Amino acid sequence: MNNMIEVENLCKNYPSFQLRNVSFSVPGGSIVGFVGENGAGKTTTIKLILNEIKRDGGTVKIFGLDNIRDECKIKEQIGVVFDESYFHGEFKAGDIALILKRVFKSWDEALFGEYLRQFNLPRNKLIKEYSKGMKMKLSIASALAHHPRLLILDEATGGLDPIVRSEILDIFLGFIQDENHSVLFSSHITGDLERIADYVTFIHEGKIVFNRSKDDLIDQFGILKCGQQDFQKVDKSDLLRWHKTGFGYEALVSDKNLIRRKYSGAVIDTATIDDIMLLYVKGEKS
Amino acid sequence: MDIIISNSSGRPIYEQITGQIKNSIITGALNAGDALPSMRLLAKELRISVITTKRAYEDLEREGFIETVAGKGSFVAQKNMEFIREEQLRKAETLLQSAVDVAKAGGITLEELSEMLLLLYNGD
Repeated sequence: MNNMIEVENLCKNYPSFQLRNVSFSVPGGSIVGFVGENGAGKTTTIKLILNEIKRDGGTVKIFGLDNIRDECKIKEQIGVVFDESYFHGEFKAGDIALILKRVFKSWDEALFGEYLRQFNLPRNKLIKEYSKGMKMKLSIASALAHHPRLLILDEATGGLDPIVRSEILDIFLGFIQDENHSVLFSSHITGDLERIADYVTFIHEGKIVFNRSKDDLIDQFGILKCGQQDFQKVDKSDLLRWHKTGFGYEALVSDKNLIRRKYSGAVIDTATIDDIMLLYVKGEKS
Repeated sequence: MDIIISNSSGRPIYEQITGQIKNSIITGALNAGDALPSMRLLAKELRISVITTKRAYEDLEREGFIETVAGKGSFVAQKNMEFIREEQLRKAETLLQSAVDVAKAGGITLEELSEMLLLLYNGD
């Protein structure tokens, strides 16, 4: 299976923020969820992948091609959706189609029309009169209508209701039926990632903390919960991070079955992606 | 084919899938030669990761329940039903032996153990 995106040792320096040696890949036919706090570097990474900002180090390959040298060829096949709609408010959906038809060789007017219908987007309304959710749906429809091989979304589903989000997730699942298609999406709605992501990449303060299959995270990570006395007896090297609450301790472990056997009787919950992020960011290290 | 996944059962999803498909094959709901949905389609319909369905299918293939033909898909293998039953009997026997060992070491009587077995089998 080929990698649709390969990022290696990507670096970017800003006065108050550095992206350091970011490496990860997006395999063909997969959905990669990109998570991290606000300001962790998700958008910077995505902009570097798209060559919207200049990198200070590292390499980015898309479809096996260099993302700078073959930028035009690559962008023909990528659908991108950001967290804001950048369409001019005085345009209508049909105007957007007229423009994008001239940008993308493989623009499919009929497919665009289908998405407008599916998302209930009126053709004759000015975009400035669209709700936030409608603007987002229009962006997604535009990204999909030129038959891209790769979809990149940066916090694109934030303002959407659960029903529409569910429809969009279904579209992604349909999209990757083709092994030469992939999706990279950053989202704070970690529930969505827990449902459909194949891999989860977690970035924190400009560095990649982990890059693992979602199944591994759900099946193997866990939250150990215990009281003061029991916590003293726990071998701290078994814990990735821990956190004292008002009534006990919570700790992130990376092999919950091992921990279950080692500390029989302990409460060990399944860790959600939110739990994992929270403990990594706020918890203490052993 | 029905496959029901529980997110709260504690059992890994790939295990639930292999368990249910094996059960369908053993009870005859699925017959030798029947086509299984592709890994990708199954993932899409169940709304889970393709990695999960791939793992489930790989496990099933390793244990000889299904065969995957590149380009064609996955099919229920021509497996000897007698042989499968023998294997299941052997597995159950090994596990029961462990329970017996634990019971004897712990001073649990045969009556208590039998009662436990009855309760567990009938699913309280």
